[in-house]
Amino acid sequence: MNATAGKVEYEPVIGLEIHVQLSTRTKMFCGCALSWGDPPNTHTCPTCLGLPGALPVVNERAIHYGIMIGLALGCEIAERSLFHRKNYFYPDLPKGYQISQYDVPLCRGGRLGEVRIHRVHLEEDAAKLNHLGTSGRIHGSERSWVDFNRGGTPLVEIVTEPDIRSPAQAREWLILLRTTLRQLGVSDVDMSQGSLRCDANVSIRPAGRPEFGTKTELKNMNSFAFLESGVRAEIERQKRLLDGGEPVVQETMHFDPRTGNLTPLRSKEEAHDYRYFPEPDLVPLLATEEMLAAASADMPRELPAERASRFEHALGLHADTARLFAFRAELGDYFERALAAAGEDGRDGDHRLEPAELSNWIGPLVERIGSETDPATSKVTPESLAALATMVKAKEVSRDAAREVLTLLVQEGGDPRAIVEREGLGAISGEDDGLAELVDRAIAADPAAADQVRGGNRRAIGPLVGYVMRETKGRADGGEVTRLILARLEANA
Amino acid sequence: MSELIDLTAAQAADRIGAGEISPAELFETYRQRAAANELNAFTWVADAAPDGDGYAHNTPLGRVPIAVKDLFCTEGVPSQAGSRILEGYRPPYTATVVKQLAEAGAPLLGKTNQDEFAMGSSNENSGFGPVLNPWDRTRVPGGSSGGSAAAVAAGLAPWAIGTDTGGSIRQPAALCGIVGLKPTYGACSRYGMIAFASSLDQAGPLTRDVTDAALILRHMIGRDPRDCTSLEYPGEIELPKADDLNGIRLGVPEDLTGAEGGVEPGVRDSFDATLKLAEGLGASIEACRLPHAPHALSAYYLIAPAEASANLARFDAVRYGLRVGGDEDLATMYSRTRQVGFGSEVKRRIMLGTYALSSGYYEAYYGTAQKVRTKIAEDFHAAFEQFDFIVTPTSPWTAFELGAKTADPLAMYLNDFLTVPMSLAGTPAISIPSGLSDGLPVGFQLAGPAFSESRLLDAAYALERAIGFDGSEARA
Repeated sequence: MNATAGKVEYEPVIGLEIHVQLSTRTKMFCGCALSWGDPPNTHTCPTCLGLPGALPVVNERAIHYGIMIGLALGCEIAERSLFHRKNYFYPDLPKGYQISQYDVPLCRGGRLGEVRIHRVHLEEDAAKLNHLGTSGRIHGSERSWVDFNRGGTPLVEIVTEPDIRSPAQAREWLILLRTTLRQLGVSDVDMSQGSLRCDANVSIRPAGRPEFGTKTELKNMNSFAFLESGVRAEIERQKRLLDGGEPVVQETMHFDPRTGNLTPLRSKEEAHDYRYFPEPDLVPLLATEEMLAAASADMPRELPAERASRFEHALGLHADTARLFAFRAELGDYFERALAAAGEDGRDGDHRLEPAELSNWIGPLVERIGSETDPATSKVTPESLAALATMVKAKEVSRDAAREVLTLLVQEGGDPRAIVEREGLGAISGEDDGLAELVDRAIAADPAAADQVRGGNRRAIGPLVGYVMRETKGRADGGEVTRLILARLEANA
Repeated sequence: MSELIDLTAAQAADRIGAGEISPAELFETYRQRAAANELNAFTWVADAAPDGDGYAHNTPLGRVPIAVKDLFCTEGVPSQAGSRILEGYRPPYTATVVKQLAEAGAPLLGKTNQDEFAMGSSNENSGFGPVLNPWDRTRVPGGSSGGSAAAVAAGLAPWAIGTDTGGSIRQPAALCGIVGLKPTYGACSRYGMIAFASSLDQAGPLTRDVTDAALILRHMIGRDPRDCTSLEYPGEIELPKADDLNGIRLGVPEDLTGAEGGVEPGVRDSFDATLKLAEGLGASIEACRLPHAPHALSAYYLIAPAEASANLARFDAVRYGLRVGGDEDLATMYSRTRQVGFGSEVKRRIMLGTYALSSGYYEAYYGTAQKVRTKIAEDFHAAFEQFDFIVTPTSPWTAFELGAKTADPLAMYLNDFLTVPMSLAGTPAISIPSGLSDGLPVGFQLAGPAFSESRLLDAAYALERAIGFDGSEARA
């Protein structure tokens, strides 16, 4: 690096490797039930314990789910794929090899959103190691236990192309993937429980350069936030190295969520020659026409990426809102129910509610019920939210008053019209004598401001409008009040 | 008592069925002989006959007890695969073929000694000491199913099962003067067989005569949902009845039986005499080509060790079996346990296999070996267009003296020169005793196309009657 190194603009290049535990009833290669939180080693058999002489048999449901994932990601499904043995010694791997797929995976190619998919393959999960001691890792632990309940759980590994360019994009894309998989019903996709796990390959390069920099692999980012912060930290680390004239070394980094630190895994833990070879205990996996048809028949009507596109392009939602509603399916579902209710309301002309206008009411609702709550479980029905938005559109209630109504709806539910009636929150219109009188009182209360407005300083109207809004408790329409004040001051000029 | 042990298993089953002898008496007779264990053929022998109620009286296998090679997992019974690393290991489940045989009425008599993890041709690689050949106790019984072969030959068991990966049933059968059959790959379930080389391992019978082999094989075959490489057997195994070989075309592969095979003169003489008998029974005999078969041994000693290197990785001291150390770090526990637990031949093959699969060598070794395997299978396929069976001596030699070849692994591997090609091709082959050479048994091998077991047994049966081999000397 030369003296100008510090000024180099870098572009991050990020690819993800995602492991998804499938929510089949039984394990990948034996009949043991999948479980969570049961006493250790209660769901085991000769096969998943790697006892001598035991053999694997492929779980057909896992293949079915694998094909569904391939279809959802637009992959090419291989008519014939192979299982291989991936050899390495570790106590969580009872056979001394993991049955995985290697050079002939079930799915190749594909795309989800703006990120291309490299491949999707099936394999088995390792057992769970629990370490006694402070390190939390096998090195330096006093004693370790193995729980084979998890061992043999069907896993799908999804590998993206290095198409991601920022930590935030990585996070958002992973949320899209999770929503897609959740909608397929093939996994619990819960990062905190490990049913969705994500590693990231990260490199940086001077912006505009076609060639990739040296990449590192980040492991153990067990939440969406940690993925984003881990990748961000690694990008910063690499920038510091390059700016300081140091090379990036290809290695595997362990992310510590407590400290946000990245530490290289010991080279002993990663220097593997896996000696892949075709698993002689299994026959080639044939994806028949019948299997493809069965997977297609089980696919949801619309996947999140398609839904986001429809929200944005057919309904005219803002792109961010469209993605939010599609990726958080419960928001999208609620929104669509409200939209249907608004349509049934039968208003037309200027009072017809646009989808984008309705969409603006989801945010305030979520603010009031908490961002983790499914609005469908709140007291606010989609019909009442649609009714409220329609009333605002028709100027039957002011925007501010409507927010108060929404707060009451969240607390007690019910019909927004009844609440408006009961609380006297109906809009005060310009024809209302009371409003004209309030305008006069506002001008009288702040003659200096009135003079400035008369003098052409439109911005000075704020306190006057504020006076009226305060007096009407927000029931008046701000635009209407402004118009009335200007008209009165001009008339007196 | 001597009368009882001179009965074949089928004859004994008939006598039991007729009520002439009691199954408990038969079991106890063999149990005592097995427990005396002068040949070191057994690693475990049942304490007593199983409770009679456990077995229906009219069972197809007549409640004639069976000896089972150590590597078949048997619930609650030591199943050590001849290895110290599994010393005392008692599995929680039973191998499918053992279960099928028990259900068909063949109770477990005992577990037989073997070369460690079925790696060997002399039984000298057992972690529990070598088995002696009942024809001459200074000589090896062959391997790896040497305990099963010696037990049946010596009348310590009415019949037995073993496994054959590159000749491990046929070769010890030949060296002990009994019948041994390796079925078509996939004919019998491998579930519960402690694996050596998964793509080659097959269970099969070791018996006094061909009829016994057919009878037991009937109850070993069949698709097992627990082994997805097992296959639905087309048809049934017929009991043999042929008394001639009319119209049968036998091919003699000069690629194997020529000078390269190193067949001993005495074995050659017995083989030629058997061909003459076959001709007399109506068979035609012609030379045939298996051009790639001489490379079988090289391919085998890459493929089998490669698979073994992975199959034996599970013996890591974590869950069962031997553990040496464990107070230090993980890698030390692994290496010390495996250093102590595995014998030198097993270590040699793990190293061979690990090397053959290593990055940068895979294509040159494992990849090439798989291509050779395909070529060999094609050779057999082509040969079976012209011939019903391919015939060779089973082993180039008769039983050799203990220790004669232990210093020279390559010389030991040549034992398998005539049996490995059929293993790589996945085709069935049977060895029957064709006579004696200097007082030691010689084996004659017939190989047929996939799923030709019934025809193979028929032809072997006709030859067996013509040969009239007398194995009683080994039971004396």
